[in-house]
Parts: sequence; structure tokens; C-alpha cells
Amino acid sequence: MTDNTTNPTGSSADSAAGSFYGGMYTEGTKVADHKAPDGPIDKKWTRRKFEAALVNPANRRKMSVIIVGTGLAGGAAAATLGEAGYHVKSFCFQDSPRRAHSIAAQGGINAAKNYKEDGDSIQRLFYDTVKGGDYRSRETNVYRLAEVSANIIDQCVAQGVPFAREYGGLLDNRSFGGVQVSRTFYARGQTGQQLLIGAYQALERQVAAGTVEQFTRHEMLEVIVDGEGEERRARGIIVRDLVTGEIETHLADAVVLASGGYGNVFFLSTNAMGSNVTATWRAHRKGAYMANPCYTQIHPTCIPVSGEHQSKLTLMSESLRNDGRIWVPKNREDCDKDPRQIKEEDRDYYLERIYPAFGNLVPRDIASRQAKNVCDEGRGVGPVVGDFRRGVYLDFADAIKRLGRAAVEEKYGNLFDMYARITGENPYETPMRIYPAVHYVMGGLWVDYDLQSSIPGLFVTGEANFSDHGANRLGASALMQGLADGYFVLPNTIRDYLAKVPPSTLKEDSPAVVEARKAVEERTERFLAINGERSVDSFHRELGNIMWEYCGMERSEEGLLKAIDLIRGLREEFWRNVRVLGSADTLNQSLEKAGRVADFLELGELMCIDALHRRESCGGHFRAESQTEDGEALRHDDEFAYVAAWEFTPPSGEQEGVGAGMGTPVLHKEDLVYEFIELKQRSYK
Amino acid sequence: MNLTLKIWRQSGPQDKGQFVTYRVSDISPDMSFLEMLDVLNEELNAKGEEPIAFDSDCREGICGMCGLMISGHAHGPEKTTTCQLHMRSFKDGETITVEPWRAEAFPIVRDLVVDRGAFDRIIQSGGFISANTGSAPDAHAAPVPKTAADRAFMAAECIGCGACVAACPNASGMLFMGAKITHLGELPQGQPERDARVVSMVNQHDHEGFGGCTNIGECSQACPKGIPQDVISQLNKDLRTALKHGR
Repeated sequence: MTDNTTNPTGSSADSAAGSFYGGMYTEGTKVADHKAPDGPIDKKWTRRKFEAALVNPANRRKMSVIIVGTGLAGGAAAATLGEAGYHVKSFCFQDSPRRAHSIAAQGGINAAKNYKEDGDSIQRLFYDTVKGGDYRSRETNVYRLAEVSANIIDQCVAQGVPFAREYGGLLDNRSFGGVQVSRTFYARGQTGQQLLIGAYQALERQVAAGTVEQFTRHEMLEVIVDGEGEERRARGIIVRDLVTGEIETHLADAVVLASGGYGNVFFLSTNAMGSNVTATWRAHRKGAYMANPCYTQIHPTCIPVSGEHQSKLTLMSESLRNDGRIWVPKNREDCDKDPRQIKEEDRDYYLERIYPAFGNLVPRDIASRQAKNVCDEGRGVGPVVGDFRRGVYLDFADAIKRLGRAAVEEKYGNLFDMYARITGENPYETPMRIYPAVHYVMGGLWVDYDLQSSIPGLFVTGEANFSDHGANRLGASALMQGLADGYFVLPNTIRDYLAKVPPSTLKEDSPAVVEARKAVEERTERFLAINGERSVDSFHRELGNIMWEYCGMERSEEGLLKAIDLIRGLREEFWRNVRVLGSADTLNQSLEKAGRVADFLELGELMCIDALHRRESCGGHFRAESQTEDGEALRHDDEFAYVAAWEFTPPSGEQEGVGAGMGTPVLHKEDLVYEFIELKQRSYK
Repeated sequence: MNLTLKIWRQSGPQDKGQFVTYRVSDISPDMSFLEMLDVLNEELNAKGEEPIAFDSDCREGICGMCGLMISGHAHGPEKTTTCQLHMRSFKDGETITVEPWRAEAFPIVRDLVVDRGAFDRIIQSGGFISANTGSAPDAHAAPVPKTAADRAFMAAECIGCGACVAACPNASGMLFMGAKITHLGELPQGQPERDARVVSMVNQHDHEGFGGCTNIGECSQACPKGIPQDVISQLNKDLRTALKHGR
């Protein structure tokens, strides 16, 4: 526990009144997970699998499951449920399931195999993940993740995933992300690609077998929720066929959202162009709680923005920090000079200076924040973007001198090539420039131990849920979680729901279906009817700037309040002044983007409210008001050791209808109880 | 940079389609080719003209979603994906033609967007190893020689973009298919289904309307991942073996 028990900000939060920050949000009842069984932590998953009801094999083909998204979490789940004999409908907005953005993950996948006999174990992976998440994740879920991690590697090898091997023919491992054991399995710098192709092939096999129906270029735009109170259940989705424009209804016994993360709320991120929040945000609006939306991971080693035209950012493996030295000029006047002309004594190797013990290998969030700080001071390098230079040097001159160019090429050649291709500069000759970029979101829809959201029958897996990484994700753990959820967790928990769910009486003309469908149609028509002055992209870009400036690497009460104001104004303008050309009955990429940006404009506000209410720093969430004397993140476990699960409320009064935005969100806290791990404050000094 | 673009516009599968000429100015050499098209689309939108439809997703050269025929070259003049092609590869004042992939098996959806569903159906026909979840032995149960693992990986790098088909005068999908045959055929796990796989995939390939291979080699030249032509030899060898086995 931290010793700081006072309110760190002296902020205007006023819990006695029951509303906060002038009515920014209200607090509701607490939530808790009721699915994890009692008993020792290493017996819980075995027990849950045993206690979860079974569905008779003969009945499985009569039960249908919708899965939205075909990345590691969605593709693996669709394949596995298909193999089990359920009738699966798999949806993706891309032209093939193989395009899902899991494919871009570079580094590797963790698993507690202990093949290196270096002291790794389920317990240690569990511990590292909870600690890495800065003690803001749920112990039971994380333990299970570590427990099933080894099965993932077995499964992938059986499918033919070509992991890196040693000369003896056994699998190679490397150490990754600052942990002290070698537990990361990898396939050169393309681990995500190889794992996804494995899941994709398993999925296509089920398509051929007839258990999975595949819907490509289909985007989910609404979830169908039937019934009231205890009887409320997710029973289907409304999708748009992106080629014909047709709005389709798909009904099922359960719905799984595996639609990935929402990093594109920042416009510029390492996510794919199409990555979006729409599936989860539509579910949120229908009653699924959104948990910890402000937890964002910003990756320090990305290629900087080169101009206003920039459409996305590219990550380079952070292994570069093993040999590269990060610096900026000591004097602002030197920032536009050729870096090779800047003398050694005029360079500031700021990470080595501030963190002599870890130097350039400090964790991602610290490296990112310090880069921002030196650029904000006006000591950034590279082109001026907006009003200042956004880049720092990552210099391999010393490494080339010490190891020789050939050795550096052997280790980092592919990354150097990528850098050269994108920037047109030769990193062997002149230092690379890097800058942080949004990379992953730990927040997502709230789920219980069964990965079921607060809407019965709606399950959420992979990056789309919030469950395993707390406030910060360790390297090589995203792939692990996606596949753990998809192959091993969801297929075992969803059967308990499917075995017990009463048969649906829902038809295409039932009120719940008609209402959901009408909402989609009205929204689509509205986008096309506004016919304003500004493009969808221009709104998205502006939203991204607001989020990056005020809800990015460092957040403050003042900045967040300003951001909320700006976002509300921008959202109002969007619904009045956006221009979407073309029609709804054809492939219309502007129309697709309009729907996604409209949802980002609401999510952005909730992220800021979440960041505002969490008056502590933890993991990827750094509040300027909550830091140690040394400028490090300071948690407040006494006040904030909980998951913030947000409930949507519709806007009130005359603001109803399409584009009306959101009412005052309700905060439901889930207390985080640490039974098996002791809470500690981290230090990298 | 100022450029003249001759871009294929086609409102739908039934439309005949035509080239339309656009001019763009103040293009930064640091822009990617797709960012240049983004800029053009913003201008069209502002003028009240419908933006040009084209596919892209990851924009870092790995998802395989983008793919344009640029002045007659699949993915343009460099050996990379369209999204990783930058404007510094072009000259100021240049005229660039931009077309979709052209192949019978890849029907045009709209403008520069094509339907590559045929690739998914080839994989469905046998491009996998049948290993149900939960049935796997320990990952170290079967060691794989490093040379085999490395070759499998090389072939598995295929991103399914379709450049090989677009570049081939026969619009053949043999490089794509050979890459998968090689990936799975190099591994011990892939042996039980090896014969059945190649026969089934080849049948599906022909059924989809892809042409045959006549050893021209454009496919490998156009491949952004540099998949070598010898995966096609591997495919042919596997097919002969399978036929000998009476498949």
C-alpha cells in the first residue's frame, strides 16, 4: 500500500453530493465478478470448467453463436466453437479474416513453458503480469491467463505455426519487455502474422466443414438486446454489408465481441486504418459497462509524424533500445542541425541521465513520457509538426563502433530497412528519429470470469475486453491473451450460458429487432443527409489532436476538463457539419468512417471522464497531480484499487434521437482484492 | 511535387469503368502512396465529388489488404506493398496510372477495390493442418530441423495480397498456393494431409478461374515478401507425388 492517503489534488470532486465535477458523472452500486469459484487460485479454473454446464454434442449444431471480429481472439474462438459443433457466424469488416490487425504484432507471445529452465512458472508469469499491470487487474483472470498460456504454444505448433527454432529442432525463446526469464516464443518479427494465419486456417477449415458461416466486408452496427431486467439477453446483431449496403439482421443464442481496441480514437496510432470502437460502443450504449477506458498504452519507439498528411504511425520493435542511445540536443538552437555535427557535450542522453540504473531500457510509459517532456521543452528534432518538433534521436553510432556494422545489421537489419523505407534516411549513417505513439488499450468492455459482459449472452474477448492487463500491458502478452480467450477460455465458459439459455422466441419483426434495425437505418440516412462542409477525416483528426494533447501520455484535471468541452463542441459540429457523399446502397468508405468517428466522438468523452475521475497515476495513466518527488507515477491504492466500470445513460429531454450523444455516465466500482500478491509501488531509479 | 494521376473509376461490378485524370499538387516526397490518395480524396470530397474507393488497413505492409497496379507494376516500382511505397519513388511532374488488380478470379467491386474471396476458398479447400483445439501434444514432442522451420517460415510470410496474380500474364495463383503448400509441407505436422491438400487446393484454384503457370516469374518479382518461384516447383512435385499415390 502507498502511504499517501490524502486527496492528491484537492480537486473539485464532491462525493457527498453524489455527483462529481459539476455533474460529469454519478456513482452507482458496486459490481463484482460472481463466476470465479472459491478455493485456491490454482484450482479455480479447473473447478470452473468442471462446474460449467455441458451442451450435448447432438444439440450443439442447433445452437448459434455470433462472433464479431476475426483476429486472434475472434478467429480462434470461431474455429474452436465450430470444431465443437456449434453453428458459428463469423463477421469481419475486412475483405478476409486474415487481415485482422493481430497480424501486425511483431515481438512474440509469452508462455510459462519454462523450456529454458530459468525459473519460470505459472506463478511467475501471473506475478509479472499483475505487477506489470501496476496492480489494477483482477487476480483470478490473470492467473488463468498464465495457466493456459502453455497450451497455446502446443496448439499453435500443432497447427503448423513456424516459430523460431534452435539447431536441435526445439523452440527458441527470448526475454522480452524487461522480465528476467526467457518465455517469449516468436517467429522473427512477425509473430502476430504467423499466429493469426494459424487461427485463420483453423477458421477456414471450419468454414469448409460447414460449422462456420463467414461474413467478410460486414460491419456490426448494433446489438439486439431482448427482454427486461433479469430476462435481458443479447440475441443478435444488425450489420451492414459494406459492398451492397444492405442492412442485415442476424439472430443467435449468444454474441461474442472480439472487435479489438479503440486506439484510433487518437486518429494517429499504430492500429490499422479500420480499427474502431463501434461494435463495443454500440454494446455499451445498450447496457454493457465500459471498464477503465482511460488506460492506454503508448509505445516509445515509433517512427515520428512526417507531416499533416500522416495517416498512421508505424511501430519499431522496442528491442532497438537494447543498443540504441536516446538523446536530444541540450540547446534548442541545435535542434535543426545535422545531428552528426552536434558535439558530444552538447547532447542530452536524458534517459541515461535521469535513470542511471535502467538507462534507455526504462519501461514503455516512462520512455514515452520523457520523450514528450523534452519535445515540449522545445528540444525535439525532425520536422516541425503543428507547432513544434516531435522526435528524439535513437543513435546507433556507438553500437556500430562497438559491435561493427555487420553485427548491428544482423540484429536490427529488418527494422533499419523499414525505417529507411518510410523516412528515406539511412539509420546506419544518421541517428534514427523516434516518437511515442498510441499502441494498445487496456480498457474495454467489463467482463466477469466467464468473459461475459453486463449484458447476459454478450461475451467479450481479446483487446475488446478489459480483463487481464490492468493499467499497463507487458510486451508479448496481447497475443497470449487473444489466443487464451479464443482457444481455451471462451469455449469453456460460453457453454455454461448456452446450456442454460431458454430458446429464443425472437423473430425479424419482434420489437427489439425492429428497433435496433431502425436505429441503424436512421443513423445511416442521417450521415448522408447532413451534407455539411467538413470531411469525416477532418473531424477524426481534430478529435485525435484533442485526445493526444489532453488524454495522452500525461493528463491533468485542467486539461481533461478542457478536452471534454472541446469534444462536446466537436461532436455537436460533426452532426451538423459533416459531409458524407455517395449513397447507402453501395461500397461507401466515407459512410463507414462516419459511423466509426461518430462513436469515437462519444468514447473520447468517456475516456476523459474516466481519466479525470482517477486522481492517481498507474501504469499507462499518468496524472500530473499524482507523482512522487522524482516525477514518477504515484498510485493511491487506498482510494483507487478498483476497476471503473461505466454505465451509459441516454441523453435527457429534448436531445433525444440520432446524434444526441450521451447523458451523464454512472460509475460502478469493482473492488480489486489482492489475496495472492502483495501490492508494491514500482521504482526504476 | 505535382503529379498527374490517371485513376480507374468504376461505380460497381456491372459498370464498364474508365480512367479519370486528376492533378495533385504540393505532394510531399515523405507521403506514402496511399496518403497521396487520401489527400486527393479530401480534395474530391471538398469539391462534392465522390472519393475514390481503395482498400488498405494496417498500412505497415503486413495485412495484405492494399494492392494497386501502379503504372503497370503490382504495388508500384519498389519491391514492397502499396502502403509502404512512398512518393519519393516518383518524379515531380510524372503521370501515374492507377488500376485495380486485374484477374478473372478477382472481380472488381468498385474503383480500385477487388474481391479476393477466391484466396479464402483455396485455403478452405485444404490450406490448413487439422488439429482441433485441445488435441495438441506438447510443443516439443516433435522437433523440427531448423532448416525446415526456416523454409516453412519463409513461405508462410505470404500476406495474401494478390500481387502475384495481378502481375502474372496468366493471372495464375500458383505462387500463393505454392507458398502454402511449402509452408505446411516442410513441417512434420503437415505430412498426414500432404497429398490430399495439394490435390484439393489445385482443383479449387482452377475452379476459381486462375490461369496456369508457364514459368514466367513475374509473380515472384512482384511479391512484396519475396516468396521465391521454387515454391511452385514444390507444389508441382507434391502434386506429382500425390497423383502417384492414387489421389
